[in-house]
Amino acid sequence: MEHFALWLAAFLTLGIISFLYKDNPWYKLSEAIFVGVSAGYWVVILFWDNFYGKFWLNKGDDPTLWVGAILGLLMILRLAPKIGWISRWPLAFIVGATGGLWLMNYFSSNIMVQVQATILPLFSTGFGTGFDASFGQIIGNLVIFVGTFTGLVYFFFSKEHTGAFGKTARVGIFFIMITFGASFGYTVMSRMSLLIGRIDFLLGDWLGLIK
Amino acid sequence: MTVHNSLILPLVTFHDVGMVVSLLAIAAGLIWLFIRSLKGMEVDRRIIFLFIFAAVAAPLLFPFTFSEKATPVVKALFNKVESLPPGSHVLLSYDFDPAMAPEVQPMANAFTRHCLEKGHKVIYMCLFATGQGQFEETMRDVIAPEFPDKVDGVDYVNLGYKAGNEGVLNVIVTDFEKMFPTDVNTVPYDSIEVFKGIKSCKDLDLIISIGGGRPGIKEWVLFVGDQADVPIATGVAAVVAPQLYPYYPKQLLGLLGGIKGAAEYESELVRNYPRFKDSPTPGLKMMGPQTLAHMVIMSFIVIGNIIFFTQRRRERKS
Repeated sequence: MEHFALWLAAFLTLGIISFLYKDNPWYKLSEAIFVGVSAGYWVVILFWDNFYGKFWLNKGDDPTLWVGAILGLLMILRLAPKIGWISRWPLAFIVGATGGLWLMNYFSSNIMVQVQATILPLFSTGFGTGFDASFGQIIGNLVIFVGTFTGLVYFFFSKEHTGAFGKTARVGIFFIMITFGASFGYTVMSRMSLLIGRIDFLLGDWLGLIK
Repeated sequence: MTVHNSLILPLVTFHDVGMVVSLLAIAAGLIWLFIRSLKGMEVDRRIIFLFIFAAVAAPLLFPFTFSEKATPVVKALFNKVESLPPGSHVLLSYDFDPAMAPEVQPMANAFTRHCLEKGHKVIYMCLFATGQGQFEETMRDVIAPEFPDKVDGVDYVNLGYKAGNEGVLNVIVTDFEKMFPTDVNTVPYDSIEVFKGIKSCKDLDLIISIGGGRPGIKEWVLFVGDQADVPIATGVAAVVAPQLYPYYPKQLLGLLGGIKGAAEYESELVRNYPRFKDSPTPGLKMMGPQTLAHMVIMSFIVIGNIIFFTQRRRERKS
């Protein structure tokens, strides 16, 4: 059985990679199997974990679980065209609850703390600690300050980008370009890692060429 | 002749010859590509794919590794694990799936090795359903063979997967038992020794989220790290690492970005704990193909730019 699984994995991997040559039925088959298996996997996991594990086993002990169950049932009504509009109620609940859950945390962590992390003392490692920053830390602090300030100026479109304001915005573009470059480099590394993983599987696990 | 062979042959192995031949073939191919492009002839995209395949396959077949030195952002996490006293509670959250595994599974395994070696109590959980399967790989490849004396429930515990994304975090930040009344083997929370003295995430000494998708480290920072003031670190797929750097060092004490981060951590682990010298180091192993593939891609960028400027100059002259 293990041998069969190995060959099946190799067959599907090669099927997906075959798209690089051109679109073909082998690729389409592999893609369809992947999508089907993923969807099936999630249905089974969510059924046993959520419906059975959370609701069915505890439905007598915790009456609030029925609220979730009923909202879930209403969501399924989307499948019936005539009463599909009812599914907007649970959807509204999800949007509201998620918005409420995220609002304060997002504001405090991604705005307040981030702003605080940007306003740095130039020559010290912390506020009120004197002049203890190394040369590298001072340069780093300056880069963060200049990069953030000029980047924000670039995205200020209420004033025409001319004169000193335009030059500041231009510096901001350079910082943004460097950020894009770093993101591209990391993306290449990420995609390469996935390719290495697959080729390692094909040459090592499947063909046995790598010890 | 015999003397000559005996001097040369022990030094030059099949592996070395294979590596040199592969590098020469790739270099010759790039020169051919450059000349062809200079002549204004188009290059089929499939030839580019072939180059990338060769650049990845050659170092896997004829491995070469680099000595990695941990950067401050990786070293900070390593030092944190080192500085915690034995018996500290470290939570490892497997927030990834098989698609991300080649990048982040090496990190997960390295964290496990380090924490168990230091004698920390490790709590495993996952916000991705597929994380459960990935933990079983750690169990099979690291815990069972390298730490046979570690006992489930005493030295480590696996809580498994819970649906709910950030909702799960919103609960465990104040009450673990409410979300995880049992571990994955249905052992009740109260009877698990690892949880003695642990009520919520606030009682943990360190949280490490391993992943790169959603839910992941961003949710951990927003819903647990900043709320409960618990040290949080992460190991993520490289593609999301640039988005997380703004959190370092205030909201994230350390960050491993992609396979390079994994290789640095593995290197640091082997340097500090020689007993792991013979343990698998997939991160370090993958740096060979990574480096060669990056060099080939950089060559493409350079060749493309040279061709662009050359053609533009020709057009201006004509």
